Amino acid sequence: MDFLRPASWEEALAAKAEYPTAVPIAGGTDIMVEINFDHRRPEYLLDLNRIELLREWEVGEEVTKLGASVPYTQIMENLRGTLPGLALASHTVASPQIRNRGGVGGNLGCASPAGDSHPALLAAGAEVEVESVRGSRLIPIDEFYTGVKRNALAADELIKTIHIKNATGPQQYSKVGTRNAMVIAVCGFGLALHPETRTVRTGIASAAPTPIRAKAAEEFLNAALEEGGFWDNGKVITPSIAKQFGDLASGACNPIDDVRGTAKYRRHAVGILARRQLVWTWEQYRGTNGRSFEGAA
Amino acid sequence: MANTRTAPSGTPTNVTQKHNQGGIGESTLRPDGTLKVTGEFAYSSDMWHEDMLWGQTLRSPVAHAEIESIDISEALAMPGVYSVLTYADLPAAMKNYGLEIQDTPVLANGRVRHHGEPIALVAADHPETARRAAAKIKIDFKELPVVTDEASALAEDAILIHEGRDDHHAGHVPHQNIVHRQPIVRGNAAEAAKKADVIVSGEYTFGMQDQAFLGPESGLAVPGEDGGVDLYVATQWLHSDLKQIAPVLGLPEEKVRMTLSGVGGAFGGREDISMQIHACLLALATNKPVKMVYNRFESFFGHVHRHPAKLWYEHGATKDGKITHMKCRIVLDGGAYASASPAVVGNASSLSVGPYVIDDVDIEAIALYTNNPPCGAMRGFGAVQACFAYEAQMDKLAAKLGMDPVEFRQLNAMEQGTVMPTGQVVDSPAPVAELLRRVKERPLPPERQWETAGEGADVRALPGGLSNTTHGEGVVRGVGYAVGIKNVGFSEGFDDYSTARVRLEVINGEPVAMVHTAMAEVGQGGVTVHAQIARTELGVTQVTIHPADTQVGSAGSTSASRQTYMTGGAVKNTCEAVREALLEMGRRKNGSYHPAWAHAELLLEGGKVVTDGGEVLADIADILEDEAIDLELEFRHRPTVPFDLVTGQGDGHVQYTFAAHRAVVEVDTELGLVKVVELATAQDVGKALNMLSVVGQIQGGTTQGLGVAVMEEIIVDPRTAKVRNPSFTDYLIPTILDTPTIPVDVLELADPNAPYGLRGLGEAPTLSSTPAVLAAIRQATGLELNKTPIRPEALTGTL
Repeated sequence: MDFLRPASWEEALAAKAEYPTAVPIAGGTDIMVEINFDHRRPEYLLDLNRIELLREWEVGEEVTKLGASVPYTQIMENLRGTLPGLALASHTVASPQIRNRGGVGGNLGCASPAGDSHPALLAAGAEVEVESVRGSRLIPIDEFYTGVKRNALAADELIKTIHIKNATGPQQYSKVGTRNAMVIAVCGFGLALHPETRTVRTGIASAAPTPIRAKAAEEFLNAALEEGGFWDNGKVITPSIAKQFGDLASGACNPIDDVRGTAKYRRHAVGILARRQLVWTWEQYRGTNGRSFEGAA
Repeated sequence: MANTRTAPSGTPTNVTQKHNQGGIGESTLRPDGTLKVTGEFAYSSDMWHEDMLWGQTLRSPVAHAEIESIDISEALAMPGVYSVLTYADLPAAMKNYGLEIQDTPVLANGRVRHHGEPIALVAADHPETARRAAAKIKIDFKELPVVTDEASALAEDAILIHEGRDDHHAGHVPHQNIVHRQPIVRGNAAEAAKKADVIVSGEYTFGMQDQAFLGPESGLAVPGEDGGVDLYVATQWLHSDLKQIAPVLGLPEEKVRMTLSGVGGAFGGREDISMQIHACLLALATNKPVKMVYNRFESFFGHVHRHPAKLWYEHGATKDGKITHMKCRIVLDGGAYASASPAVVGNASSLSVGPYVIDDVDIEAIALYTNNPPCGAMRGFGAVQACFAYEAQMDKLAAKLGMDPVEFRQLNAMEQGTVMPTGQVVDSPAPVAELLRRVKERPLPPERQWETAGEGADVRALPGGLSNTTHGEGVVRGVGYAVGIKNVGFSEGFDDYSTARVRLEVINGEPVAMVHTAMAEVGQGGVTVHAQIARTELGVTQVTIHPADTQVGSAGSTSASRQTYMTGGAVKNTCEAVREALLEMGRRKNGSYHPAWAHAELLLEGGKVVTDGGEVLADIADILEDEAIDLELEFRHRPTVPFDLVTGQGDGHVQYTFAAHRAVVEVDTELGLVKVVELATAQDVGKALNMLSVVGQIQGGTTQGLGVAVMEEIIVDPRTAKVRNPSFTDYLIPTILDTPTIPVDVLELADPNAPYGLRGLGEAPTLSSTPAVLAAIRQATGLELNKTPIRPEALTGTL
């Protein structure tokens, strides 16, 4: 196994072009586990830790540009206001030590359906900026996940920055695990209210071959909120709306039975989480008139 | 003075030494505590030797197969590979090992019986080279049908896991796929059942728990110039390992010199051999030091687990709440090799009644041979599975009678003088009702602790914790109780002795005691307690603990809650003999100077010989001068006998120990997630030699019991008998956020038969913790819940 250590982003792109099978490694919290278990034997490891720009972020007017290697701890500490869903998701990742190493770029690169940041990115709305020696492009998050542990990257491309829409409304993220900390998701759910467009977006982890949105649930809720004038009158969400939203989120799942949980449970739990998060976010929206969107947890 | 294995003449005076600084009863700190907390402690996996090679095991990817061929040529041809060994290379006639029954092949002989069974070994100059070489060994398997449960094991045409058995249980078991069967019959359960106003029954399932010690199996074998080998290893019982290692190496025991190296936890999982023989074989084959370190994945295959069990129970009671009878049948899955299964059967059967007075019982316990992973010793050893079931039964009985579950238990609680189902009289304190009273009377933790002054909920106090699954929705509190009984020490006639060598001499003008035992310090605190005992008995300040090795007699196993009783007892015993020898030396040298030498009770205090009135007669250093007193003595507990194979009668146990728990849980009833809020404990320890260690043991045992209540289970595929979750990603153990407040209430009711009156304590809290949590979850959900660990699916009807 060769270990490539580019000193700059340009060198990294050149290395990836020369060795397309090279596996990029930043925090190593996924890759090293796979190597340890002998699940993966990369010919080349491409170490991105010397590349400073990957650890930078920039909060813009509408979008936050998050470097691929910004560790979860930094997201939790510095981006709770603009990216509340992602900050909550970051807080559920593994242990403090791992949160100090791991970042969203690795989650996207591995594209495991169980990754914690995916539902938050799907719900917030995001684009993944990838680059190669051929140039750079923005991949919408909805088109990024292409299969089980597969993504839309070409062999010579690296993930550089994630462009995430700044919150204009409350966001939530929850995951179910059979332990109260340091646990991989049995399933996860994220919800973001977007008052500026009067829409909601969702994200589901570990309940389908890829991270997905619960589109029917979103459409139902968008219509129900519009119809009832909820965005304007700020009324309490009726239990029947919350229940139907949960049922539709549940229906969006296409899970499997595995050692972590049954498909039936995953569907059930996603429905409960969706229902609860709708109440949490909506109550926060009503209570704050949209002034503060930090995840209340 | 020469080493001797017999006690010196003359009975040691029955003096009770008074308090000495740093002696028993003080919470002195562990000598290795700071090192462990700061990461500087040297564990067995940290060892290094110049020119050493790395050993690697090749294990079976299938559970049951005949090995048709093994081709090692490609592995052997790899640069850096020094040796590849298979069954054909074993040097001695003896090719098996085992704790009680030598049924486990060092390397598979033409057949593998469980997933992960060792087949070949590689030594290479780099661990990665060794791993890659092992992967190049080509094996043709002819797969066989798997035996995975009682039905498949005991079917008439079942494949025998071990054909042609000649062990001492083979003759009395009803089927050759049963390792051992122990019935216990006392009174007449069928007749007594007629007096019952209510009868409850249940079938209970206990999942396979892993010891999950944090330091995986590891050690270093160094070939000696005499053709022998020096083995540095993390284990629970050096001399038991030695007895199993030497014969398969074809060496006399004195040529296998063992030294304990840093042990990262054990909990029963190091009672069996893991890499010991393999590393020695490679070291002897290559004539180079060989280090072996399992990773977590291999560790799951490298040691036995707690027996999963199915338990059927029936209890009856009269209207006024007296239990009339109990019938039970306990089926333990022993997996492919015997390990400690026979002894686990003895425990499960003899403790199946729990800490209750039930005169009419009909009990049967068996352990099966299957193709599942081998199971053996783990903290609680057979008593854990039974406690889970009988405590569920107690709650069912109380509910059916409309009685309070604690009062019902107290009404039937055993006490000193109670006769066990085996006929053994409980002849020392058994404060079962009192322990229950203490946990019940403790104030309950406040409700809804997740509510904060601000808007949000403190998710750390809620089920789901940091995963942010509820802010109080669906959360219901439950409270449950349980109490258990565990034996201490090795039972059923086993010659369970411990040896301690104590040397007293003057170093730099100070009297210094050196304590040398083969006791495996696995975290239980023996190294702390031995020094305390030596200070108390010899009145010295300075105590050196010699590294544990096989140059001194056996200390027995660090298991069965026995080490403070047994090796602590041995240290006390040898110290007493050393004290007598010192006083004898004092009388010889100084006796004429003071009449007290001849007449008074003499004590050792603060480095001096004093009378019981406090008058100083001499400095210990002045008596010893340049002589040393050096004694090595064996210590035994009172003898036990095997249980009768038909009636189960016999005084089989040494001592009993009891703990009670009250669990308070918050259950998210919609998601099926559980937060254990508090696990209040009360336990009788006879005498706390070190309260800090006592509380630590109780809290640790309690947490391990919590683990198997709500998360810990090795999942074996019933179709293939393969382990599905051999990693800490999917085998979950409690984190600190899963660990509740554990208030501990310690009773000290002395057992007159035990050193200092102490009662072994490490296992009892593991018993009652699990059923207490289960009872609390049942109360919160109203569900019956007959299987542990609880899965969210079981609480939400989504299995």
